[in-house]
Amino acid sequence: MSPLESLSRRDFLGAAATAGAALVIGFHWSRDAAAQPAGSRPAPRPFDAWIRIGTDGAVTLLVAKAEMGQGVFTTLPMLLAEELDVDFARVGIEQAPTDAEIYSHGTGGSTSVRTSFEPLRQAAAAARHQLVATAAERWGVAAGACRVDDGVVIGPGGERAGYGELVAAASQRPLPDLATLPLKPASGWQVLGTSVPRRDIPPKLDGSARFGLDVRRPGMLYAVVARCPTIGGKPKRWDAQRAKAVKGVREVLEIPAVRDNGVFSTGGVAVVAEHTWAAISGRDALAIEWDAGAAAGESSAALSRQMEELLGREGKVVRDDGDAPAALARAARRIEATYEIPFQAHAPMEPLNATVDVRADGVEVWLGSQGPHDVRARIAAVTGVDPAKVTVHNLFLGGAFGRRYSTDHPVEAAQISKAIGRPVQLLWTREDDMRHDFYRPAARHRLVAGLDGEDRPIAWHHRMASPSIAAYWGWGGGSRPEMSEIGGAVDLPYALPAHRMEYALAQTAVPVMWWRSVEHSGNAFVIESFVDELAHAAGVDPLEFRLRLLAEPREVREPGDPSGPPLLTARLRRVLELAAEKAGWGRPLAAGRARGIAAHFSFHSYVAEVAEVSLERGRPRVHRVVAAVDCGQVMHPDNLAAQVEGGVVYGLTATLKGAITVASGQVEQSNFHDFEMLRIDEMPVVEVHAVASEERPTGIGEPALPPIAPAVANALFALTGKRLRRLPISPSDLA
Amino acid sequence: MPIELNVNGASRSVDVDPDMPLLWVIRDVLGLTGTKYGCGMALCGCCTVHVDGVATRSCATPVSAAAGRKVTTIEGLSTDGSHPLQRAFVDEQVPQCGWCQPGMLMTAAELLAQKPRPTDEDIDRTLGDHICRCGTYQRIRSAVHRAARGGAA
Repeated sequence: MSPLESLSRRDFLGAAATAGAALVIGFHWSRDAAAQPAGSRPAPRPFDAWIRIGTDGAVTLLVAKAEMGQGVFTTLPMLLAEELDVDFARVGIEQAPTDAEIYSHGTGGSTSVRTSFEPLRQAAAAARHQLVATAAERWGVAAGACRVDDGVVIGPGGERAGYGELVAAASQRPLPDLATLPLKPASGWQVLGTSVPRRDIPPKLDGSARFGLDVRRPGMLYAVVARCPTIGGKPKRWDAQRAKAVKGVREVLEIPAVRDNGVFSTGGVAVVAEHTWAAISGRDALAIEWDAGAAAGESSAALSRQMEELLGREGKVVRDDGDAPAALARAARRIEATYEIPFQAHAPMEPLNATVDVRADGVEVWLGSQGPHDVRARIAAVTGVDPAKVTVHNLFLGGAFGRRYSTDHPVEAAQISKAIGRPVQLLWTREDDMRHDFYRPAARHRLVAGLDGEDRPIAWHHRMASPSIAAYWGWGGGSRPEMSEIGGAVDLPYALPAHRMEYALAQTAVPVMWWRSVEHSGNAFVIESFVDELAHAAGVDPLEFRLRLLAEPREVREPGDPSGPPLLTARLRRVLELAAEKAGWGRPLAAGRARGIAAHFSFHSYVAEVAEVSLERGRPRVHRVVAAVDCGQVMHPDNLAAQVEGGVVYGLTATLKGAITVASGQVEQSNFHDFEMLRIDEMPVVEVHAVASEERPTGIGEPALPPIAPAVANALFALTGKRLRRLPISPSDLA
Repeated sequence: MPIELNVNGASRSVDVDPDMPLLWVIRDVLGLTGTKYGCGMALCGCCTVHVDGVATRSCATPVSAAAGRKVTTIEGLSTDGSHPLQRAFVDEQVPQCGWCQPGMLMTAAELLAQKPRPTDEDIDRTLGDHICRCGTYQRIRSAVHRAARGGAA
């Protein structure tokens, strides 16, 4: 990898270099505010990814993107194959070496396709240009007279040369200006827009796929950590001898909590053993006495009271269009409602784990991570090893949903490995995962809207109180605690003469972090439910009510984020219309069933969903979900459908199933018996329809989640007349 | 005293605590990592293997209970990924993250062995004890039906 290492130090766009006998082109991902992980550095800019074409004609994309089931190991090679004119089957993908400075190692925010769409195709077009120009020069013909068929350049006289035989000479040519190279128009695409089989699927069906927990190293030991069940607490005393008496237990040691430099780990007592079961049994034998610490009085109920109290006074004004208080004062009618959403756990099916080998000559790390660059930096800091000597091997992620951005688990594994001088695999048991997550923040909202004498909405006043991800992690010096909390609410798409939003930061020790679709999961529920309330108050069909408020094509932006993507009301309107049409909105349903609709814009994409529900023994049952999606040009229709199905299920679980609650400073849930998941017998039929679009592609991993909760709640209102203002929906709220 | 197992057709002898869950014997002692840990309480189904052909939660089964019996893991479902369910799961592009899939396949394989043409209700009942956080349920249902039809779409 040394040529790549040297390449990674260069800092200009579109450099080509000779890397042995291969053509290698490095390039940069596009970046924007939304794709920028917090705390990441802008310039200087080493390459984010490379294309490598070998003398055997093999094409490889080297990129540090994580495959967590979202299909990125398939969609990115598709972009490359398309523009390079090679069969998709011949394009391989490899994890690029981890470099702390490389920005695009982060995988999340539905960014991978959106930010690679142009640069990756441009780099592929540059490679194709170099190869064709080399062949043309060899044959003494014009490059424009040549064509390419699956990696073979064909000259006007029938001359043929495979890419492999051209790479040595092609790598010596100076690169053209990438911006001048034409890209294939969508009408000429042969790979993009098709549903090629996903690359990662076969190994996931025969046991051969390697996830972090499947790593086996010579001499490796297995560890678990006993953590204080009270948030922020620590061990006071424990019986190491009892744990060591368990057959197979080798070491018992305390590891300190790390609470700085972007790491929040709990610390605790590590038990290291010859296999995982001995480590777990040893942990059970520790008989630890805990020092509960300062958060022992925390509870969800107290947080709820605190947020209610915050909603009673003015918060930080984050949007103020028109004069909402004055408009409300003169409104013919005022509609007021309070909504509340709970903490949620990520609960990826592969529990957190990391395997770390701290040696004299450096550190090796194996795990599945959304942010391996952070892993590298944090492990270097905690072990005192030069970051250049920390190698991170990123494997398949058995689910992530935002949880695998955090570096607590690899840091703990590094602490243990360093202390015992052996490679260690640390497992978080499911109980560790559920009790010590960084949760989706709870939130409480109060909304007041005014209708005029003709039942038209004239004012919208929204107060939100919540713990803050930015405040917890210390981003932005605490000046904008609202930054990861108000999206999807502050950019209300509906045309209203007056719109005011205020935000208040609630204090809690409960750790919080991004959860699939981040704040949009809760905010869409609040906004789209309250709009539904206004529609019913006005006596207007909820679809028609929304379409009226979206009639005028407008661009809506977040006031604090002028560079962010604008919401185009015409596109939101289009997905509403499409979902309604495909769902048969307005047509009669069987007795005991009802429909609800909701739409939301997030991560640059638009999704509307219609849910069809009934009650079975007093419990909500969702039978059918029709989703309409505008994520620009569709790269892979079947993967789009899979991601929408997944977003709907993840969102339905939070709508109908569990919540994370805190009492006496402890998370009350511990496993899937008390934090339940939607299962196959509750799976609705999900139908996915994409808007035909010429717009550039945007993400789909997250945007299908936000509309499902309000679509279901609105359907249940239509069915029962009960307005559901808290999640998860409880049968008692429907009784 | 060592415990004798037959795993995927091979005789294996393991010297472990008889109470050790079969899951950890399979993963950490025998090195077959296709069987997954998800909850440790028989709640999610990720760890499902066959013991004498019966779908069994290996995380809640002491290894002693498998002594002298035939254990089949995902690695032994077929030698080359050619089990009708494996092929159907490819055809329906079922897995996302993939962690729950080996357990789903092992339970579905037992279902098809017992009932070659299962109904939706049969599938819901047998796979209703499994969890897929990525939400592949709709495709799992289609894939089981496809396998039952001999692979036809």
